[in-house]
Amino acid sequence: MTSQLTPGIVPGRLGPEEIGKNFSDLHAPLDRHEATVAADRCYFCHEAPCVTACPTEIDIPLFIRQIATGMPEAAAKTIFEQNILGGMCARVCPTETLCEEACVREAAEGKPVEIGRLQRHATDSLMSRQGHPFHRAAETGKRVAVVGAGPAGLACAHRLAMKGHTVTIYEARSKPGGLNEYGIAAYKATDAFAAREVDWLLGIGGITIEYDRPLGADLDLETLRTDFDAVFLGMGLGGVNALDAPGNDRDGVADAVDFIAELRQSENLTKLPVGRHVVVIGGGMTAVDAAVQSKLLGAEQVTLAYRRGPDKMPASQYERDLATSKGVRILTHVMPKAMHGNGSVAEIELEYTQEIDGSLQGTGETFRLPADQVFRAIGQSLVSGLGLDMAGSKIATSDNGRTSLDKVWAGGDCTPGEDLTVVAVSEGRDAAEDIHAALTGA
Amino acid sequence: MADLTNDFLGVKSPNPFWLASAPPTDKEYNVRRAFEAGWGGVVWKTLGAEGPPVVNVNGPRYGAIYGADRRLLGLNNIELITDRSLETNLEEMARVKSDYPDHALIASIMVPCEEEAWAAILPRVAETGADGIELNFGCPHGMSERGMGAAVGQVPEYIEMVTRWCKKHYDRPVIVKLTPNITDIRKPATAARNGGADAVSLINTINSITSVNLDSFAPEPTIDGKGTHGGYCGPAVKPIAMSMVSEIARDPETHGLPISGIGGITTWRDAAEFMTLGCGTVQVCTAAMTYGFKIVEEMKRGLSEWMDDKGFASTSDFVGKAIPNVTDWQYLNLNYVTKARIDQDACIKCGRCYAACEDTSHQAISMSPDRVFEVEDDECVACNLCVDVCPVEECITMERLPTGSVDPRTGKRIETDYANWTTHPNNPLAPAAE
Ligand SMILES: Cc1cc2nc3c(=O)[nH]c(=O)nc-3n(C[C@H](O)[C@H](O)[C@H](O)COP(=O)(O)OP(=O)(O)OC[C@H]3O[C@@H](n4cnc5c(N)ncnc54)[C@H](O)[C@@H]3O)c2cc1C
Ligand SMILES: Cc1cc2nc3c(=O)[nH]c(=O)nc-3n(C[C@H](O)[C@H](O)[C@H](O)COP(=O)(O)O)c2cc1C
Ligand code: SF4
Ligand code: SF4
Ligand code: SF4
Repeated sequence: MTSQLTPGIVPGRLGPEEIGKNFSDLHAPLDRHEATVAADRCYFCHEAPCVTACPTEIDIPLFIRQIATGMPEAAAKTIFEQNILGGMCARVCPTETLCEEACVREAAEGKPVEIGRLQRHATDSLMSRQGHPFHRAAETGKRVAVVGAGPAGLACAHRLAMKGHTVTIYEARSKPGGLNEYGIAAYKATDAFAAREVDWLLGIGGITIEYDRPLGADLDLETLRTDFDAVFLGMGLGGVNALDAPGNDRDGVADAVDFIAELRQSENLTKLPVGRHVVVIGGGMTAVDAAVQSKLLGAEQVTLAYRRGPDKMPASQYERDLATSKGVRILTHVMPKAMHGNGSVAEIELEYTQEIDGSLQGTGETFRLPADQVFRAIGQSLVSGLGLDMAGSKIATSDNGRTSLDKVWAGGDCTPGEDLTVVAVSEGRDAAEDIHAALTGA
Repeated sequence: MADLTNDFLGVKSPNPFWLASAPPTDKEYNVRRAFEAGWGGVVWKTLGAEGPPVVNVNGPRYGAIYGADRRLLGLNNIELITDRSLETNLEEMARVKSDYPDHALIASIMVPCEEEAWAAILPRVAETGADGIELNFGCPHGMSERGMGAAVGQVPEYIEMVTRWCKKHYDRPVIVKLTPNITDIRKPATAARNGGADAVSLINTINSITSVNLDSFAPEPTIDGKGTHGGYCGPAVKPIAMSMVSEIARDPETHGLPISGIGGITTWRDAAEFMTLGCGTVQVCTAAMTYGFKIVEEMKRGLSEWMDDKGFASTSDFVGKAIPNVTDWQYLNLNYVTKARIDQDACIKCGRCYAACEDTSHQAISMSPDRVFEVEDDECVACNLCVDVCPVEECITMERLPTGSVDPRTGKRIETDYANWTTHPNNPLAPAAE
């Protein structure tokens, strides 16, 4: 019988019941009464700080008041006007560093209004009962190509379609949603929410998705520029940063994003193999998600190894608390030195680090941890070569997503700014408005 | 611990907290349990004349207004007086009174506006040993349409007449319960006094429609598609009740007339406030109907704690203590000048004070780009709206400008002297300055 103690990378460490429990909704949805009580805590602030803190600038006090007055579906419309992926954002936004961090009740009592959960209550109400809430304007005859069906591409496509333009999305994969479908932790978007949301979003009409059509091989940017009136690039970050430590190529060492994508696409998580001793290298959301989900799959010991101090960790305090509450051990000031083993990895050697004048250095002191599975989560990068001006490793854009090439806009993870779903949505939406203005001379 | 025992019109009770005439006092079972739970007295659910009792609706009889978290703020009812026979009620009252001789038991009565009706019922009530009677002139629904209750309560002459009959046919205290559904509460109170009433109690419920169902387009509670106005009570009515109580307490015609205060009393503090306005006892209905009899425990402990803090040995030490400070607007000191002050450390930057002042008051609060809110003394009229809308207690306060300083809004020096509207130069009726 396989158990948590079985060595190696094996499936079925936990039974179906426990797996089901572990991967259920992280936060149960608020029922109507809970939502009313939660909504009542909102002070309806003047020029509310929470709105400023939301990248899509949802009118939070207004939608919360609509919930309070018994109109959750009208509240949802207020949300969707600004953020068509408001349903997903309600589930995945790190609200503790966005709207809820700015909420005055966070300052007052350390207990913000539960904006994210209220947003979910509203959007769920509408999505479970109504069809698509918006109407498409009369066709303009203009055609726009969107590259990538992730949050940025979808938000852009929706806004363009709503304005009457015709949109073709070219998507490299065979499913839409981008990291909503392949990346976000399973317990944040249960019951195939990502796929359902895309279906619902496409209800606006005027959007066609061509799957398995990556920009690159058979499709180049020049062709799109000639065939369409405008092009939006929302292809996210396809590459992963490399780790140069000896043993990096051993069996059992893999990219966290691939593990997560496999997990998200798995039909039956009891069949998904995971190590007994898992070590995740990195300190961001991807690292936390890989670590937590390894643990939830039944890994006996999961360690997250981050090279700097806890204050520098990109994952929020909330995410870190979530990880430790699930039993993940977080080590800081350690970096990978080597992966040891006979064929497959068996141990990881870590070196302590210190920061001297802002630069990170090994102290020379090392130690080893048992590790039959190691995940690299040290950042994703853009696979480019499109001939666009770059800002660092990302596509350079002006305010509304204009790139250095005429007729080409970009947004989301492939452009500078925080790599968050809600940021991708706002950039896609704003680029669409700018494209619309450019195409109609408005 | 302070002594809560109470004497109202010679009627003794272990504390001033009585249950008002209503469902909580509708029968022996309730009243016994109420006394066991600690209530000092009850006014028994209103009795009607001999004969077949009234009937209540058989559908919903209550409607409600809620605050946050479904906290009941206002209750409305379309219930009538007791729907049990007079005989049953009298028997039960007699039994309860003999078992609880130290608790107050008052009989509430509503019979037709004819002397024979009162002459018939009063001796039978006297036989029960009840400590007194309360004349229900206040029921706003059902009964008034039958020429009883509020209809009588709205005609001072009838009040005086009925009260006089009661004093003639009954030798224990007579309390007249007043309806608030009238323009000037002092009129019925004066009539009650003129008729010989020993006390008044107020308020009864206020005419109300709590909600309209937007699917059936009918008032709620809805009985087979129709609704009617009911009587409103609970925390929402307390301010109205206290104003009426204070009018009676300070009017020369009625000053000194004992008052039993009713209307929205939910906590010890509510009770204490009514008592400082002159109430020798208080009556509670909605709070008990919302939370059960046990709430009296909080009232007793709270009042006693407060009395200890204040050094009051008995309730008579503070009954009426606020009356001298209730005055008419024209006697308020116009030389009392205050300004709003924001405690920046307590401020959570919600901006409500700003929105309120900017949109609806005097544009006296400034807002900086980084959300610092400050009062501009040259615009602040000290209206208090910001204090009222600020979600943080004590964050905005009203500070008095010291004598001799200049009010930046008016440019006038702050005077020490008291000066009111009656002598103000802008008042056309003010006596000319000498
Ligand atoms: C593991 C993980 C967890 C995360 N958790 C959170 C979270 O909890 N909360 C949060 O806010 N954010 C989270 N993020 C970040 C968030 O998922 C991204 O910021 C967001 O998805 C970016 O949207 P996008 O549309 O720019 O890119 P993506 O979501 O990456 O979508 C890009 C799309 O383009 C397609 N594509 C790529 N290359 C091409 C090509 N050449 N041609 C055509 N199509 C192409 C891809 O297949 C994909 O569908 C997480 C990220 C990861 C990796
Ligand atoms: C359901 C209900 C029935 C009532 N019935 C009577 C009654 O029969 N006689 C009476 O004098 N007052 C009656 N009242 C009024 C109460 O005695 C009391 O005056 C009023 O509710 C205000 O007090 P409160 O705010 O504490 O409830 C009734 C009130 C309610 C809620
Ligand atoms: S989209 Fe995200 S940041 Fe904006 S209000 Fe909703 S939960 Fe908060
Ligand atoms: S900051 Fe908080 S209290 Fe103020 S409007 Fe936003 S959610 Fe409501
Ligand atoms: S209402 Fe109160 S807490 Fe809010 S900004 Fe004004 S002073 Fe500050």
